[in-house]
Amino acid sequence: MTKRFGGLVANQGITFDVAPGEIVGVIGPNGAGKSTLFDVITGFYQPDGGDIRFAGETLTGLRPDQINRRGIGRTFQKLRPFNGMTVRENVTVGALARAVSTGAAHVEADRCLALVGLAGKAGAFARELSTGQRKRLEMARAMATRPRLLMLDEVTGGVDQRSIPDLVALISRLRDAGVTLIVIEHNMRVIMSVATRIVALHLGEKIADGPPADVVRDRRLVEAYLGAAYL
Amino acid sequence: MGDRGRRALLAGLGAVLVAFPWVFVNPYPRDVMIRIFLYALLAQAWNLLGGYCGQVSLGSAVFFGIGAYTSSVLSLWWGVSPWIGMLAGMALAVLVSQAIGYPCFRLRGHYFAIATIGIGEIVQTVAINWDAIGGARGIWLPIKPETLVNFQFHRAKWAYYYVALALLAAVFGLTAFVERSRLGYYFRAIREDPDAAQSLGVPLTRYKLLAIAGSAAFTALGGTFYAQYVLFIDPESVFPTSLSILVCLVAVLGGVGTLWGPALGAAVLISLSETTRIWLGGTGKAVDLMIYGGLIVLVSVFQPGGLVGLVGRLGRRPGGPASPTPVVVPQGTG
Amino acid sequence: MTAEVVAQALLSGLLMGFVYALVAAGLSLIFGLMEIVNFAHGEFLMLAMFATFWAWALAGLDPVLALPLATALLFGVGWIVYRGVISRILAAPMLAQIFATFGLSVFLRSGAQFLWTPDFRLVQNPWIRGRFSLLGLFVGAPQLAAALAALLAFGLLYWFITRTETGLALQATAQDRQAAALMGINTERMFALGWGLGAACVGTAGALLANFFYVFPDVGAVFALLAYVTVALGGFGNVAATLLGGVLIGLVENLVGLWAPAFKYVGVFCFYLLVVLWRPQGLFGRY
Repeated sequence: MTKRFGGLVANQGITFDVAPGEIVGVIGPNGAGKSTLFDVITGFYQPDGGDIRFAGETLTGLRPDQINRRGIGRTFQKLRPFNGMTVRENVTVGALARAVSTGAAHVEADRCLALVGLAGKAGAFARELSTGQRKRLEMARAMATRPRLLMLDEVTGGVDQRSIPDLVALISRLRDAGVTLIVIEHNMRVIMSVATRIVALHLGEKIADGPPADVVRDRRLVEAYLGAAYL
Repeated sequence: MGDRGRRALLAGLGAVLVAFPWVFVNPYPRDVMIRIFLYALLAQAWNLLGGYCGQVSLGSAVFFGIGAYTSSVLSLWWGVSPWIGMLAGMALAVLVSQAIGYPCFRLRGHYFAIATIGIGEIVQTVAINWDAIGGARGIWLPIKPETLVNFQFHRAKWAYYYVALALLAAVFGLTAFVERSRLGYYFRAIREDPDAAQSLGVPLTRYKLLAIAGSAAFTALGGTFYAQYVLFIDPESVFPTSLSILVCLVAVLGGVGTLWGPALGAAVLISLSETTRIWLGGTGKAVDLMIYGGLIVLVSVFQPGGLVGLVGRLGRRPGGPASPTPVVVPQGTG
Repeated sequence: MTAEVVAQALLSGLLMGFVYALVAAGLSLIFGLMEIVNFAHGEFLMLAMFATFWAWALAGLDPVLALPLATALLFGVGWIVYRGVISRILAAPMLAQIFATFGLSVFLRSGAQFLWTPDFRLVQNPWIRGRFSLLGLFVGAPQLAAALAALLAFGLLYWFITRTETGLALQATAQDRQAAALMGINTERMFALGWGLGAACVGTAGALLANFFYVFPDVGAVFALLAYVTVALGGFGNVAATLLGGVLIGLVENLVGLWAPAFKYVGVFCFYLLVVLWRPQGLFGRY
């Protein structure tokens, strides 16, 4: 898949597959095109070339809400909580994608809040939460739409060190709940501990794709990401 | 304040409103109350699209006028009962709202607001030049015997009060219902963050169209009531942009995106304009308007969440106050 | 409908368009800085026109001489409005901001009516007057002078924003308030300056219009609406684009007015709708 913005090629001929049950980590320096990749997959941009296929269906040309209905959920790098609504209401919006009634949606919302560990904050307004809590809120919200594939854009960015192990455990819990995951992350330790496979991007191109142990030894990746001094 | 406390308050308010015309027999306070009811109804209709859903429209007058003209023309030309005319007006307003919304909802913030102003001006000018429906001269509704079916009351004008109150209660009830429903959640999600909403499966255009349909229907309802109450309509009284702006103002002052904001805003604003008009307006020196304008500035500066914010401490609303509507939503990339 | 008549309409539209552009430039500047649409903009124009008129009526000052005074006066008005009202509502929700300026507009308009009555007034025998012939078309001298002066003022504004240090600081504040503050730019002062400049544009436009336009308390309303449409047409966030927007509005207004005078604003709005449905952010908008 290729995506251009004017003269800037954000994604150049990126190709990879994701199998059910995998946790695919997407890494790369800033500007590598990771978020653009997410935006194209979830329908916020249309690709200039190539195709996105999900469970045998093509997603190219669909709107973001249609793509969500087909089973792909996502979080955003720059957090987007519904500030004027409570935590529970936020997740209820997600739950309404599948629930038949608001009552059923509330039940599902509570379930997702418990999953991410925010049950105690259900009545608080979203704008009152800390960064880490907001990240978990976005995950709960996306999970409430019962996706088959969940795309997390930056899980640990801006979160304090102490909270990271909990987030890592949360990612595993999400996978255990039956969801396939694609995770953009900068924190290598997190990625190494959860990912079953790593896709590395650099300047819009895919430069590595494989099990974590192999990718981390890839020379091009280390040079691109960490600088030649690390070789 | 718990649910029972709130219900008691509501019942008390209802009792007061029902008893009002019997206590204050003088027609003047009753007429002021009718105006308050009408503006509260129109502001609530606006609130559905602009407050809950975040699409700020300055074109309410279009639907108001459609309601007024549809029922009046049907009554005048074919003797159709105004109640049927009201339903017809609502239906037409909904159709027009879809025709407006479908192309215009791709516009955001100010661009959308200006588009609605523009459409309002276009519709008003067309009405002025459309002689078949009276043109600039307007329509005088024929005087008919005073019955509920005819929707006209002459000696028993207090009946207008109860009709207005009933219509207002219906609109409020429906809005409260919407607020708790899927519609309400999706509307608010669209207002807060359309991109995030989409990522959660909310089809933006479909729900915006639903919001404008509801808003148009309720507004048209008010238009028919006005026509039957005043028994004269013309483009200047039912289609002007100043009416659209006033409706928006009432909703904003009361509190955008809240259930009681429109009622509070209407009560305060209408009382205010009446009081300043009586005490200071007669001289034609516009002092009343100066005070009116000055007070709007003061409220905006000191209580920007609207009057509901002042009263809000009495109890939590199910929806929570909006971090109200940003009119311009700068595009951010995901 | 001869070619000459159409050409006449186009010329009038073009000339008036430059004035619209100047009025709109002020609005666009303020919006670009803090995303507030100044709904009292039309009333600023009205104040400038009245100031010019009274300078002539009471002190015998021709509008040409009164122009710098009106500009300076409106700069002050803008500054004061910012400090007194707007600065207190910067953090408020958008709709509250809109209604603060809306309330201000009602206040100013009725204040003018209170002070000076709703009567229409006109400057008599200004220095710039009369018509002359240009390539076979008639041109009003005041209209031509207004257009050229507006164009000049617009150019000055543009030069100031893009080439002077203060102007660049203004742009920086508009694009990223926090970053600008971190770089030592006094954002409070930038905002006040923006309001002052935006109002000053209208001050100049008002003095120019007073040469040939009737002056009365409600005169600002139509200009404000057209300015709002002009900014949107050019695109919010782009001051330079308002020049094109203004000219287009002026041309459409006069062309449609030629064919059906009652529908001239309908024409303007239809044109606006066509443009934004094609390009939802105006012709060159940033938002």
